[in-house]
Amino acid sequence: MKFAVLVFPGSNCDIDCYKAVEDTVGQSVEYVWHTATDLSPYDCILVPGGFSYGDYLRTGAIAQFAPIMTELKKAAEEGKYIIGICNGFQILLESGLLPGAMLRNKSLKFRCHQAELQVETTRTVFTKDYKVGEIIDIPIAHGEGNYYCDEATLQEMKEYDQIVFRYHGSNPNGSVDDIAGICNKAGNVVGMMPHPERAVSMILGSEDGKRMFTSVLKAWRMNHGTATIGS
Amino acid sequence: MAQQLSALEPTCEQIADQKIYKQMGVTDEEFGKICGFLGRQPNYTEIGVFSVMWSEHCSYKNSKPVLRKFPVTGPRVLMGPGEGAGIVDIGDNQAVCFKIESHNHPSAVEPFQGAATGVGGIIRDIFSMGARPIAILNSLRFGRLENERVRYLFENVVSGIAAYGNCIGIPTVGGEVMFDESYEGNPLVNAMCVGIIDHNMIQKGVAKGVGNPVFYVGPATGRDGIHGATFASEELTAETEVKRSAVQVGDPFMEKLVMEACLDLINSGIVIGIQDMGAAGLTCSSSEMASKAGNGMELHLDRVPQRESNMTAYEMMLSESQERMLFVVLPENEAQAKAIFEKWGLECSNVGSVTEDGRLRIIQHGEEVANMPVTALVDECPVYNKPSQIPAYYIENGKIDTNRYEEVTDLQSALEKVLASPNVASKEWVYSQYDHMVRTDTAVKPGSDAAVVLVRGTRKAIAMSTDCNGRYVYLDPEMGGRIAVAEASRNVVCSGAEPLAITDNLNFGSPEKPEIFWQLEKSADGISEACIKLNAPVIGGNVSLYNENAKGAIYPTPVIGMVGLIRDIDHITTQGFKQEGDTIILLGETKAELGGSEFQYVIHGVTEGRPPSIDLDVEATMQQALLGAIRNGWIASAHDLSEGGIAVAISESCISGKLGADVSISSELRSDIALFSESQSRVIISVRPELAERVSEWFAVKRVPHETIGQVKGRHLTLRMNDTVVIQTAIEQLEKIWKDAIPCFMG
Repeated sequence: MKFAVLVFPGSNCDIDCYKAVEDTVGQSVEYVWHTATDLSPYDCILVPGGFSYGDYLRTGAIAQFAPIMTELKKAAEEGKYIIGICNGFQILLESGLLPGAMLRNKSLKFRCHQAELQVETTRTVFTKDYKVGEIIDIPIAHGEGNYYCDEATLQEMKEYDQIVFRYHGSNPNGSVDDIAGICNKAGNVVGMMPHPERAVSMILGSEDGKRMFTSVLKAWRMNHGTATIGS
Repeated sequence: MAQQLSALEPTCEQIADQKIYKQMGVTDEEFGKICGFLGRQPNYTEIGVFSVMWSEHCSYKNSKPVLRKFPVTGPRVLMGPGEGAGIVDIGDNQAVCFKIESHNHPSAVEPFQGAATGVGGIIRDIFSMGARPIAILNSLRFGRLENERVRYLFENVVSGIAAYGNCIGIPTVGGEVMFDESYEGNPLVNAMCVGIIDHNMIQKGVAKGVGNPVFYVGPATGRDGIHGATFASEELTAETEVKRSAVQVGDPFMEKLVMEACLDLINSGIVIGIQDMGAAGLTCSSSEMASKAGNGMELHLDRVPQRESNMTAYEMMLSESQERMLFVVLPENEAQAKAIFEKWGLECSNVGSVTEDGRLRIIQHGEEVANMPVTALVDECPVYNKPSQIPAYYIENGKIDTNRYEEVTDLQSALEKVLASPNVASKEWVYSQYDHMVRTDTAVKPGSDAAVVLVRGTRKAIAMSTDCNGRYVYLDPEMGGRIAVAEASRNVVCSGAEPLAITDNLNFGSPEKPEIFWQLEKSADGISEACIKLNAPVIGGNVSLYNENAKGAIYPTPVIGMVGLIRDIDHITTQGFKQEGDTIILLGETKAELGGSEFQYVIHGVTEGRPPSIDLDVEATMQQALLGAIRNGWIASAHDLSEGGIAVAISESCISGKLGADVSISSELRSDIALFSESQSRVIISVRPELAERVSEWFAVKRVPHETIGQVKGRHLTLRMNDTVVIQTAIEQLEKIWKDAIPCFMG
């Protein structure tokens, strides 16, 4: 299985995502620069956190115009596995791959700490190894993680089982319905504010994020038969 | 137009006759020397350039005699003071590169940008050495939080640090914050950056090779930060507000691009010399790079990217616009350098060349607008041996008996008050605004004695801490200087590391006052003694003088940034108790030492007497024995005793570990003194009960005073003094007081 980590000017969790793939599933992983125009070699694409283009104008607002985004949309339509984490989530929202928008944290302050999440669905390729209702510990680090969508969209997301994670206990940013992560209707595109790539070993404080990587490998293997395992 | 603007500048004669140089901080005597070096009177650009290069900030003219005292060498030191940052060997061809720097005055006027650009500046110092920055720390001082202006400064300094570090993607992993009226109006904002580098990649800021082109990279030069270095070398006054234009504006996104591009450039192997444009911008980087190579430099200002029109040579040379770098490559490598920057969307401009005449020559609109000898700018600034005098307050304080206060009998309420003091209280409000996890190497997060960052691909880790108790230094500069180093070292040892070296940030009042200069001298003596005893040389640092407010000088605050090496990640130790039933052991001796303590300040409302004393041999023995025990795998938790003494240290170990403790202390001292004394060289450790005897024997053999004082138990803290229960409270209760204190002030 081949992973790609997109790199925009200002991405800063690109290395962390790359390392997490290596450490959790040991599959092939490559950085793909924002000016690239081909994502066809990859099965799973990670859109990492950071401050793409300085987050000027609005988080993720400029990144949506990068050449690589045309390819990312194509990959999403083809059913490839895509996850946007933090700034990556903001980029997926701005580019229309996921519904809704991001506002500044209710506290108006950047917040970085461990956060408890409740797993809401295991139908996405990234959450197969979790149990619905399970509480997991994944850190957050953002100033604009206050997810917002209108009532109709929220209703639709609920109907289509698109809410992937909710904050458990306290909501750190004021997001609608305590939403921490969502997916598209097909379930192959996930966006989340918390950082699973920061929760892949006990020395970092939690390894609850590991299963997001093992889930996606498992999903890929199921879809590609056992013959290709290990490639 | 530019001609017209520069035509408005004073002429050489006016500068001399009207003593305009004085406004730039140049004395009559210095002006005479400058005229001597030039063989004529300087023009406006030249006097501007000299004034910043000869400011305290750039020349260390007042502090050099003091800085010479520091031990700067050691078997591990690869680069001592003099370059952008010091470098220390950590084995396997790897090294750690670090430095601390102040941005006090800019932060007093414009706290957000002042603090943000302080962080940006120190990061540039690290990557310009070729190192990959892996962590940021800070050391902050403010007035009391009851004051509205202080809250404004605190809030915005923290936001500024967060905004810069979070965006650039370097974790802010640790630091310290203290509040005392002494810092009102003149906050201290010191930022430290730590990087990792392979030995063969170490860069220097040298302009070698006559004829080689000099390149400028980074954002265009504007009129911001003009005379920032001079501004940093004056006292803050009511007129300071009008110098807001001396404060720079930061762009962390731009710095991220410049950093990645410069590291790519360095990794390509084509760099001859590289230096960041920090204080005094283009002036300092060009003249220092030329000076270090024994060469000269010709700069063509028309080729320097400019974001404002009609800038004069004076403005361009003195601008402190941020995120700019200067580097030298061979002419044939120009295309390769340009291609690297192009990838990151950056342009690099050829702005001049290395010359053999030893002069800094500045050309604008086809005319030579300045021509000065490089050595005069960099090396010939006069050095002053300022008069020093023992202050009256120091003598008076020697007569004060700090045991004379009426005994405090409600020790639980005293503990609660001390825990609620912003100096002791949890700093979560601060560090939760910093991304302290990005790069996914932060093994010990903010809130323990030292932060620990893993070295990718190895079993090693780096421990780091910033420390200084300004009250101790005020009450006894030499003792306080020793303690600052000893405590930083103790913190690093408690985390399982061997101290490597320090960087220091000497924040003091005006050196023109003999009493202040005495503080500077004495504390440097103390720092030097401790560095020698604890095997931690000074590999670089910064001096910030003239930190004064309406009431006088701030407490002398020589902040120590210490870095240590953890040989194996299995040795990483934190302050929180780990398991019920563990035995709690106190290392070190408790004496009646309340001078300068948090208890004295909070409960009795004074800072007086002599601070705790420290015996550096006792300290070194304790630290070595503790590190040995940690490396033997015996220690479950270790926590240094500092502000608030044993009562606070035990509370913090309970809160961090979310466990209670049953503790009995027997002492001949009065109970309130025993619990809150800040005697040095003490650490609280916890060990598995089956190891307790072995550990006690270890410390006995090593001649470290130690005493078993209790065990980790339940969810309550029960503390007995000579068999009488004096504190009994739920850990959640203590945690709430400790955690709520700062948010309560900040709303």
